[in-house]
Amino acid sequence: MPEEALAAYDSKVEGNIIFTKLDSAINWMRKNSLWPMPMGLACCAIELMAAGASRFDIARFGAEVMRFSPRQSDVMIVAGTVTYKMALAVKRIWDQMPEPKWCIAMGACASSGGMYRSYSVLQGIDQLLPVDVYISGCPPRPEALIEGLLKLQRKIDGEESLTDQKRLLIESFS
Amino acid sequence: MPLSESVAALEGKFSVLGKVEFRGETTLIVRREDIVEICRFCKESLGFDYLIDMASVDNFGEEPRFEMVYELSSIATNDHLRLKLAVSEDEPAVATVSGIWPTANWHEREIFDMMGIGFTGHPDLRRILMWEGYPYFPLRKDFPLGGKPTEVPEVAFTKAAPLEGGPFVTLPSTATTKDREPRARRIED
Repeated sequence: MPEEALAAYDSKVEGNIIFTKLDSAINWMRKNSLWPMPMGLACCAIELMAAGASRFDIARFGAEVMRFSPRQSDVMIVAGTVTYKMALAVKRIWDQMPEPKWCIAMGACASSGGMYRSYSVLQGIDQLLPVDVYISGCPPRPEALIEGLLKLQRKIDGEESLTDQKRLLIESFS
Repeated sequence: MPLSESVAALEGKFSVLGKVEFRGETTLIVRREDIVEICRFCKESLGFDYLIDMASVDNFGEEPRFEMVYELSSIATNDHLRLKLAVSEDEPAVATVSGIWPTANWHEREIFDMMGIGFTGHPDLRRILMWEGYPYFPLRKDFPLGGKPTEVPEVAFTKAAPLEGGPFVTLPSTATTKDREPRARRIED
C-alpha cells in the first residue's frame, strides 16, 4: 500500500462512517420517527389508544408522539367513521399538515364506509385524501395497526424524493 | 297533582282533539296553534318541568303528513304526559317551545335538520347533524336510505351509498311494517 494512503487512514473513525444515498438517509430518518395525527372518530380510536399504550407500545416503532396539532404531524391515522359533516374538518386538518405527509385509513369505515351504507357517511376517506395504507378490521386490533405502520415504513423507505426533485429540475432545463 | 287531574285541567282550559290511554300512558292530541300556551301551562301550573324528548313522525301518503310528539315529565311526581299535534306538508312549521324548556332548542334543530319542520321563533334554527347547505331532509320516508347525490362546491359533496334501491331499503308508504320491510320484497324488485 502506498505511503500517503496509509497516512490518510484514520483508525479513530473506523466504524463511525456510513456511506449511503441521501434519499436513503432521509427516508431512514422519516420512517423511524412518524408523528401521527390521531384522527379518532369512532371505536377504532380506542384500538388506536391501545396501540399507543403499554401493552402494544407503538413507541417501539417510533410513532408514539401523537400530535394534536396538524402542523407537527407526519401521518394522519383516520380511525373511525367519517361522516360528511366531519369530512369537512378532516380535509381541513389534512390540508394544514406540512409535506411530506402520509395517511393511514384505519378500519372498515375509514377505508370504505364500512357497514354505514348511509346518506350521512363518506364511503371511504380516499374520496377526499390520498391514502397510503388501508387497514381492514372492525375495529382492527392494535397488531393490525402496527402492521399497517410497518407497511407505511416500507413504503417510505422506497421513496426517492431527492432523485425525483433532481429529475424534475433537469427536465425543467431541457 | 295526580296525572288525571292535570289532564282534566288541560281539557278544561284548552281544546283537546283526542285522548288516548294505553298501558298507563296518556297521550293528548292538541291543536297546533295552542302548543306554546299548553306547554307553558303544563310547565308553570302542572309541574311538568322536564321535556324528555321531542320527536316527529312522517306519515307519508296521509294528510296531514307530519306529526309532532312532545314527551313531558315531572321530576317531583314522576308523571309522564305525551302531547301530539298534526303538521301539514303545505305549512311545515310549529311554534318553538325553546323559550319554555331550553333543551327544546337542539331537539327542534334536529327535527328541522332531519324532517324539515320549521320552528317559528326559534333563536338559532340551523342544521345540527348535516352541514349547512345540505338540500334534503334525510328522515323523510321518501328519502332513500342510501342518500341522494349532492354537489356543493369545495368538499361538501355526497354520493348515493352503494345500496341505493337495494335489498335493505324500506318502502315509503303507510302499509304495515311487514309489507314495507326489506324482506317482503325480492331483491330484483
